[in-house]
Amino acid sequence: MTPLASTLPQSSNDGYVAAAYVVFFAIVLIYVAIMAIRLSRVERDLRALHARAGERTAREPQPMQEPQPMQERETV
Amino acid sequence: MESLSRHPAGPSERDHRPPGDGDRASRPSGRGLRRLSIATVAAMGVALGLVFFYAPIEAEEGFLQKIFYLHVPLAIVALCGFVIGAVMAIAHLRTRDRRWDLRSYVTIHMSLIFGVAVLLTGSIWARGSWGHWWVWSEPTLVSFLIVFLLYAIYQPLRFSIEDPERQARYASVFAIVAGAFVPLNFIAVRLSTAYLHPRVLGGTSSLPPQMALTFGVSLAAMALLFATLCSYELAAKRTRMLLKTRSRTLGFQ
Repeated sequence: MTPLASTLPQSSNDGYVAAAYVVFFAIVLIYVAIMAIRLSRVERDLRALHARAGERTAREPQPMQEPQPMQERETV
Repeated sequence: MESLSRHPAGPSERDHRPPGDGDRASRPSGRGLRRLSIATVAAMGVALGLVFFYAPIEAEEGFLQKIFYLHVPLAIVALCGFVIGAVMAIAHLRTRDRRWDLRSYVTIHMSLIFGVAVLLTGSIWARGSWGHWWVWSEPTLVSFLIVFLLYAIYQPLRFSIEDPERQARYASVFAIVAGAFVPLNFIAVRLSTAYLHPRVLGGTSSLPPQMALTFGVSLAAMALLFATLCSYELAAKRTRMLLKTRSRTLGFQ
């Protein structure tokens, strides 16, 4: 069984605990920030696509371009 | 994405969906993801509360032992992520469904990020506990580093192949071989006799109930965080693919 302390031990290592948790949350925050930047870029592209599609619909109906088979060229 | 679906898209559009695209892909920020995020934040909050206000102080290491509740769950989740990535790669090779490849890629990618956190928090703990940032004679540390470095070549390997089909297939083969290496590595380290690193699961020293509860909640919170970040990454990738496909279908690319 892991021994427990009856009184709080005198320790000068508290800074390491803070550092470990700060490092962990910093990594998560950096990742979330990168995701947010990527998603805002996707959102911007989506708005642009929406606007262009709207313009096209307003002008005249055009025949659809034949879509390419999908299994195909998409990469991660 | 729903605004796009209102536009005329042509009858054959549904037949040409990108890998990872499905009905759910048009609602990437749906209720499921929101619930998962809320559950993750709540679990992380509860875990932190238990770590700092409920779990008793350990006699030998004192307050420094609190890193245990962060470092060990991170390591367990990262290693499980690598194995899950291998299982998804098997599913990809069996079904040829590109969604499994995408899931495998995202899981391994996230495990690598968690792996960075494991190495950093482990080094901080080693410095506080043993007085060294890294101990090369400790098999657990070195074996984790080997696994991490092995997976560090996954992405360069993957993106060095241009053909998407081959890329997915080779990446799946790599994920399976490396995934099989993870439990073998774990068992080999367990069988080694000389170690400094504390044994957590199945060791001779068991945790007191309060510590065990705190550890369990921390592990669950870390697993939830992993699942949430993977879900966000998948949703983002699916959305980007859907956007590309719609652009192409509408003749804008």
